[in-house]
Amino acid sequence: MRPLPELTPENTAFWTGGAVGKLMIAFCADCRHAIHPPQLICPKCWSEAIESKAVSGTGAVYSYTVNHQQWAPGMQVPFALAVVDLDGAPGVRVTAEVVGMNPDDVTIGQTMRVTFVNIEDIWFPQWEPAQ
Amino acid sequence: MTMNAAITGVGMSDIGRKTGRPAMAHLAEAAKRALECAGLTKEDIDGISTYPGKADNSPGMSPLGTGEVRNALGLKTRWHSAVPDGPSQMAPLMVAAMAVATGQARHVLCFRALTESSSQTATQRASIPGAGRARLGGWYSYLVPANAMSASNWAGWMATRYFHEFGMTREHLGMIATGQRVFAQHNPAAVMQSPLTMEDYLGARMISSPLGLFDCDVPIDGACVIIVSAADAAKDCARAPLTIEAMGAALGSQETWDQRPDLTTMGAHDSAADMWKRTDLKPADVDVLGLYDGFSIFVPYWLEAMGFCGHGEAKDFIAEGNIGPGGRFPVNTGGGQLSGGRLHGFGLLHEVCTQLWGQADARQVVGASVGACGMGGGFIAGSMLLRRD
Repeated sequence: MRPLPELTPENTAFWTGGAVGKLMIAFCADCRHAIHPPQLICPKCWSEAIESKAVSGTGAVYSYTVNHQQWAPGMQVPFALAVVDLDGAPGVRVTAEVVGMNPDDVTIGQTMRVTFVNIEDIWFPQWEPAQ
Repeated sequence: MTMNAAITGVGMSDIGRKTGRPAMAHLAEAAKRALECAGLTKEDIDGISTYPGKADNSPGMSPLGTGEVRNALGLKTRWHSAVPDGPSQMAPLMVAAMAVATGQARHVLCFRALTESSSQTATQRASIPGAGRARLGGWYSYLVPANAMSASNWAGWMATRYFHEFGMTREHLGMIATGQRVFAQHNPAAVMQSPLTMEDYLGARMISSPLGLFDCDVPIDGACVIIVSAADAAKDCARAPLTIEAMGAALGSQETWDQRPDLTTMGAHDSAADMWKRTDLKPADVDVLGLYDGFSIFVPYWLEAMGFCGHGEAKDFIAEGNIGPGGRFPVNTGGGQLSGGRLHGFGLLHEVCTQLWGQADARQVVGASVGACGMGGGFIAGSMLLRRD
C-alpha cells in the first residue's frame, strides 16, 4: 500500500482534479508563472493571487526510469516512471507511473496523456501513451 | 580566502553489515579513534555537531542525536547542533567550521552514525522516506506516493536523461563501480572486498534503469567522527591541520528531484561553483577527491560540477582512467560508498583526510596535499576543499 499525500490548501486541486478528469496546475494570476509543486504564493513575484487551472493533460517525456525493485509489499514490478514536461505550463513537470504500454518501450520525447487512479481521496495522475 | 578552521582528527568504527552492535558502541569507537588521531582528550572537545540528528523516518538512518552522545561520552560543550535541513551530509562540518571560526568552540566533534544494515528487513526496508506514515507532506509527497519511492528511481531518471544527452552507457558507470572495488581491496575497512568484474557489474539485477545493483551504495552499521578545530587550536594537535580552504553550499533550484530545468546537472553544480569563488586554487591543484556515490551516476555529475571536466565530458574522462587507481584525479580511494559502505559522505571525507596525512597505505596517492570533497545528490549538496600546508 503506497503512502498518500496530505491534502493542503495549495495542493488539493492538484490531487483531486482527477475526480472530474482534470489535471489542475497552480498559476500566478498576476505574472502567469506556472507553479509546481503548488504554493500559496507565487515564488516569482510573491503575489498571493494563485489560481488552479486545468491544463490539457498532455506532455512530452523529459526522462524516465523502469523500476524493478519491490520497495513495498504488494508492489507490482516492473513499471516505468515518467518525468513529463507539461503542455500549457512552461517549466512544470509531473512525475507519474506509466500505464497502458510496455514499460521498456517508453522513450524520451514521447507524447503522453494523463489518466488517473483513485485511492481514498487522492486522484493520482498516471501517464499513458497519446498514440 | 582560507577559513580559520581545520580538520584535526578522523575516526571510523569497525563498520560492517548486520553487526548487531548498538549505534552508540560504533560512535564511541569512532570518537576514541578520532581523538587519538588528533592527539586530543575528551576534555578538549567543546562542541558537537551532526546530520541529521535523531530521526525515525527511515529505519537505522540516524539513530543518535547530539544529546544522547553528549550524555554517553560525558561531554560538556559550548556549542551543539544537529542539521537535518542544511547543505547535505556536509552541513554539520560546515556548521562546525563556522562555530570555531566565530569563537563558539575550539574543537567540534562532528559525527554520523547509521545502523541501516541491521535495521533493514524485508518488511522494514531502509531508505524509503516517510516509510510507515499514513500521509506525507513536503517535497517527497510528490514522489513517494506516485510510486517513485526510492532515491534509486530519482537518480535513475537523472541518469536516463544524462545517457540520452551525452551518450554515456552502463559500461561507464561500471568503470566507476569496478574501479572503486579495486580501491576497496586495498582498504581493510571496506565492507566489499571480493573482486568485481565488468561482467559481474553488467550481469547484476536491475534496480531502477539504468541503475543496477552495483550502482547503489551498500547499507552498513557504523559511525564516523571528524574533528573540526579552530586554526590556532589546530596547531596543538598531533598532526598537520587540514585547513578548510573553501566551502560552498549554494543552491539554485527547487527542493525537488524532477523540476530542475536541466537534470543533467544537480545541486552539486551550484555548490561547487560557489566554493571555487572563494579560493585561488583550481581543479588542477587537487590531488585526491571524495565525491558522493550514493549512486554511481552522482560521480560524473560531481566531476563536472567541480570542473574536473566539462559538461558532458565525464564519460570520456572516466574511460581515460583519470579517476581510478593510478589516475590523475583519483576518486573515492577507500572504495567509496559503493564498496566501502554508506557512511553518508563522512566516510568519503575520512578517506580524503587519511590521504592528505599520507596514511592510506597501499592505496596512498603519493604527495597528496589538496583534497576536494562533494557530498549530496539531487537538489542538495555541499562542497569542501582541504589543504595540508
